[in-house]
Amino acid sequence: MTSLSNLVRSKGDPKIIRSGPSSLPASDRMARNLGWFSIALGVTELVAAASITRALGMPGREGLVRSFGLREIASGFLSLSVDKKAGLWSRVAGDLLDLAVLREGLRGFNPRRSTVSTAIIMVAGITVIDILTAKAAGAVHARSDLKPADYGRRTGFPSGVTAARGRAAESFTTPRDMRAELPR
Amino acid sequence: MRALVWHGKEDIRCDTVSDPEIEDPRDAIIKVTSCAICGSDLHLFHNLVPAMMPGDIMGHEAMGEVVETGSGLNGKLKKGDRVVVPFTIFCGECEQCRRGNYSVCEKSNRRKDLADKVFGHATAGLFGYTHLTGGYPGGQAEYLRVPFADATHIKVPEGISDEKLLFLSDIFPTGWQAAVQCDIQPTDTVAIWGCGPVGQMAIRSAILLGARQVVAIDCLPERLSMAQAGGAITIDFKTESVIERLDELTGGKGPEKCIDAVGMESHVSMAQPDTIMDRAMQMMMMENDRPHVLREMIYVCRPAGVISIPGVYSGLVDKLPIGMAMNKGLTFRMGQTHVNRWTDDLLRRIEEGQIDPSFVITHTVRLEDGPEMYRVFRDKQDSCIKVVLKP
Ligand SMILES: NC(=O)c1ccc[n+]([C@@H]2O[C@H](COP(=O)([O-])OP(=O)(O)OC[C@H]3O[C@@H](n4cnc5c(N)ncnc54)[C@H](O)[C@@H]3O)[C@@H](O)[C@H]2O)c1
Ligand SMILES: [Zn+2]
Ligand SMILES: [Zn+2]
Repeated sequence: MTSLSNLVRSKGDPKIIRSGPSSLPASDRMARNLGWFSIALGVTELVAAASITRALGMPGREGLVRSFGLREIASGFLSLSVDKKAGLWSRVAGDLLDLAVLREGLRGFNPRRSTVSTAIIMVAGITVIDILTAKAAGAVHARSDLKPADYGRRTGFPSGVTAARGRAAESFTTPRDMRAELPR
Repeated sequence: MRALVWHGKEDIRCDTVSDPEIEDPRDAIIKVTSCAICGSDLHLFHNLVPAMMPGDIMGHEAMGEVVETGSGLNGKLKKGDRVVVPFTIFCGECEQCRRGNYSVCEKSNRRKDLADKVFGHATAGLFGYTHLTGGYPGGQAEYLRVPFADATHIKVPEGISDEKLLFLSDIFPTGWQAAVQCDIQPTDTVAIWGCGPVGQMAIRSAILLGARQVVAIDCLPERLSMAQAGGAITIDFKTESVIERLDELTGGKGPEKCIDAVGMESHVSMAQPDTIMDRAMQMMMMENDRPHVLREMIYVCRPAGVISIPGVYSGLVDKLPIGMAMNKGLTFRMGQTHVNRWTDDLLRRIEEGQIDPSFVITHTVRLEDGPEMYRVFRDKQDSCIKVVLKP
């Protein structure tokens, strides 16, 4: 990637020799991984809904699986975006929905019971990861609880605001192309 | 040398890169003594401006000392000169430059082919910005190659600190041009959306230019306190109605002059449902920018008033009430700043003590801490308003 990007530079442009640490904190990297995971899972749910319901012994729920696929894709995009916190919490909400539906697969007689149990364990594991990542991302990006600074003395005017009012008006004429006032 | 390099969305790294080299007789190389992070850099950080490429060096607010010169500078610049580098690269001789429209110089964009296709007609080259503006390596680095250096520089005297001079590169002239474009009269109310560094400079400029009242709008207490210090009446848009307060302050008539110092990333909140719509559309690539502030300005502006837009927009926006603007007869003025059109005058005002732009600096750090500071500045942590980097 690095060497590829060097190709488009002109002769005298600086080119990357060695990369340093990134501005992306660990939680954001994890959010990205989860985002891509969401999208991949969502696409699978969309195109292979029938295989999924078969594997889980829950025929007739293909529509539901596809709608969950759309949900996963939306969460995925949100987790990849700047609003990753919203994306991650939407994943958590989705995980809970998944778990609720999977529990139905344990009711009554289901020859695929063990597959459902495995799925539940996996989703539960992912739920934990989602919650931890969402919390970490929230903490990394939060404004601190400390009182915001008071910059009330940073006037920018060495002789104070009162002296500054209109001080440039006499010595400045608006250029012709930027005038707006009609003659009074 | 070391430089802050864009690797993708929210991914900036302090990399080791090769030193820049003179390519053209009109080039010069500057050893950077101070540079800053700008709100525009955040749009790049968020990958909202098209045509960034991994490996692009960030930064367009830099100053330093000339250490190498091309053979074609005609004595306009020599080794050892202390210069501030304007973020708009300009040739100084094309038709637009002769008019002082430096940010739309016809010659300085080396990706004119690309820009002509996207914008209809190319605009000037900019440092540390998209390849639509030439993809020139930026100034958040130890060294910076300045193209068209015989024109593209602001010579500054010794004996004044970097901190007082650095912002001649961008935000001071940007705030100034935003106010000048309003052609401020002593009877005017000037409303300014956004109290980031650009908004702060616009407030000071409007005060200096003699506005009757300056009203500043934001939601961050530390930024509002700095706005107030500069002489503005403040509105916290999270707790007050912007429209009601502005009408109240203008006897129900609305401000004559409105300045958008926010740009494409207007705050998203439940209180402003259109911003949620915009965020969703932006994510689905149905819209590039979130124009909440433009909508609000057009609505509240006094008929026959002026809308001045220094805030950066990148492409298409949705639901812009152009009918309202047309019927109210509003004047729109906008653009990347024609930096050098103002800097001689502004340098004099700094020297005379009319203004000291260093008031806006809240953080000064080493270049290596740059990637972390992008995040702090973006997340508005630690009451951060302006970050200066020392390479
Ligand atoms: N025209 C130019 O040449 C030029 C030069 C420099 C910067 N800019 C642009 O100016 C804009 C501001 O730059 P900055 O460095 O001050 O950035 P910044 O991000 O620090 O400041 C933006 C401020 O706007 C506030 N804001 C967000 N939504 C708002 C709303 N709905 N109403 C009121 N305030 C709101 C934010 O809280 C923030 O304080 C950016 O778009 C930047 O790209 C333009
Ligand atoms: Zn800038
Ligand atoms: Zn030119």
